Amino acid sequence: MSDRTFSDAVADPYDAPPLSFTDKEDRTIEVRAHDGSDEEQEALVEMYDAFDPSDRAQGIPPGREDRIRDWLENILDEDCLNVIAWDGDEVAGHATLVPDGDAYELAIFVHQTYQRAGIGTRLIKALLGYGRVSGIEKVWLTVERWNRAAVGLYQTVGFETSDAESFELEMTIRLAEPPDEEGG
Amino acid sequence: MKVLLGIGGSDDSMRALETTVERTAEVGDDLTVAIVDNPSGERSREEMEARVTELLDERGVDATVRALDGEPGSALVDLAENEGFDQLVLGGGETSPMGKIQIGNIAEFVLLNSHVTVTLVR
Repeated sequence: MSDRTFSDAVADPYDAPPLSFTDKEDRTIEVRAHDGSDEEQEALVEMYDAFDPSDRAQGIPPGREDRIRDWLENILDEDCLNVIAWDGDEVAGHATLVPDGDAYELAIFVHQTYQRAGIGTRLIKALLGYGRVSGIEKVWLTVERWNRAAVGLYQTVGFETSDAESFELEMTIRLAEPPDEEGG
Repeated sequence: MKVLLGIGGSDDSMRALETTVERTAEVGDDLTVAIVDNPSGERSREEMEARVTELLDERGVDATVRALDGEPGSALVDLAENEGFDQLVLGGGETSPMGKIQIGNIAEFVLLNSHVTVTLVR
């Protein structure tokens, strides 16, 4: 798992949150970094509890509230980066970076009510911007190859396919130059 | 039922081993444990064999233990089909730091090629 290939070229620098925009349904969406509060965590639990199981990816989000809570406990840890797209006090989407050695694994979920409104693109850009200003160098993800909307989104923001030999595609992006001591 | 369990040295193989031995103890399946070389596994063949023997003894289960050479996926499918097994059991994959389920290369090959029913243990 450790021999992933990353582009030598650094991806476009996106703006870090907070930011806000009007989506294609005329809703005002605010994107903010997770503040670590219980209130935000509960709002996320609510979003994932109502999440359509057909939009699950490789087993996440899990399908039961206790499992959702266990999973969130893990990815809302302080060494992870989390951004949330809000419609008022309701979660429209959530994107996360979880540390994995010298890189981070990315995942993004947009609730069914808020899909196809341009929120995913804004949310993932905000997360990558947050990652860049936090000093993250490399990000990877996996995506089921039939999920064309997701693959298209990842390509749009600069991900490149690094492994196409499994059921799921692996894609990677570089957010910063490697440090000098790596000799890159 | 004649069951073939294929294990390499990975964590999901160990879980599959424990679950399958447990089930065999309950229902009395005719179990064969095939140990294969999984390059991404953390345990050696000897470690795996020792663990298999230990578990079988613990549960009082009688099973045939075999070491398979060559490409693990095709060796398992070959054995399952040629020796009349009813089911081929494998570890169901690892999870990424994010919690995503990732199926290994061996399981992928077996799922796509086996004419014998495949069980992935989660």
